[in-house]
Amino acid sequence: MSELSRAYRFAVNVTPKPGILDPQGKAVERSLPHLGIAGVTGVRVGRRVELTVAAADEAAARAVVDHLAGELLSNPLMEQFAVETLGETEAPAVAGVGG
Amino acid sequence: MTVRIGIVLFPGSNRDIDAVNGLRVAGAEPEILWHESVDLAGVAGILIPGGFAYGDYLRAGVIARFSPVMRAVADFAARGGPVLGICNGFQVLAEAKLVPGALLRNRGLRFVCRQVTLLPERLDSPFTREIGERRPLRMPVAHGEGCYYADEATLDELERDGGVLWRYANPDGSVAGPDDPGNPNGSERGIAGVRNAAGNVAGLMPHPETAVEALIGSDDGLGIIRSLVVSAAEWRQTGRITGTRDVAAAGAAVAGDAA
Repeated sequence: MSELSRAYRFAVNVTPKPGILDPQGKAVERSLPHLGIAGVTGVRVGRRVELTVAAADEAAARAVVDHLAGELLSNPLMEQFAVETLGETEAPAVAGVGG
Repeated sequence: MTVRIGIVLFPGSNRDIDAVNGLRVAGAEPEILWHESVDLAGVAGILIPGGFAYGDYLRAGVIARFSPVMRAVADFAARGGPVLGICNGFQVLAEAKLVPGALLRNRGLRFVCRQVTLLPERLDSPFTREIGERRPLRMPVAHGEGCYYADEATLDELERDGGVLWRYANPDGSVAGPDDPGNPNGSERGIAGVRNAAGNVAGLMPHPETAVEALIGSDDGLGIIRSLVVSAAEWRQTGRITGTRDVAAAGAAVAGDAA
């Protein structure tokens, strides 16, 4: 229990891999002229997932995030992910329970 | 004896009743398999139906992949049992890496619900053996993420290996490329369905299970459902299916030679 007493907050940004067709990004890009905005290109639409991990230290927490980001949050065939560290946070009261 | 085929039911599956009907018309006895159970009830084949398993949250098929029943399905597939995924079922199989590739959002961004024309690539697979002759098949699609994708090398290998089972066709009978009218979602090389390397697991986006009665528009899907049933019966009786191979054993043999 005590080894999970620290908690760290992360954000995982998932985006389509370069070269993968992103029709959502294309649609956003095509709508910009209607707003009177010119000169914006390369729009890619992805998703951002924020989560808190209870672990002994930040490296251990980061390893958990890398694992779940590759296994669940992204499909490596079509998506890439980048992990942002948001820092240590207050451990939830039920840290380590239910995992 | 009637062949029993399991239909995997996830929260959000909605083509399960069509699958029940399709299997009955094809002469099989359907058996519903609940997503939280690892008990496959001794079925001889598995059909993963369409719908929106787990609301398609995160990505279509990905949450379903981690459900208990899918562990049992993966084990069933590893033993050589026939598994067919239709629409959302195809997405689940792709996320579970039981068939190659991924299904992206439709190129035109819209959910597409209409009749398409499908060309079976080959008639000697466990999922096309009962089609009879190589002719265009009419059946519906209904999906938002059906654009088949794999990198060029994987596609080339898939084609060399005979892994493409069905392609979308244009009205003139030609294969419908990504931007052709006969291609509902922009799939690479017109690919509508593929199988795994062993040959006993396949997925396709169109719905053969809803095209089993001429009275309601088409019975062109019946050959595909019947193929699953015949392959399941064969697997039950002999422990293997014509047109499949033991990839794990072949790989082990190669590794053994190297060692």
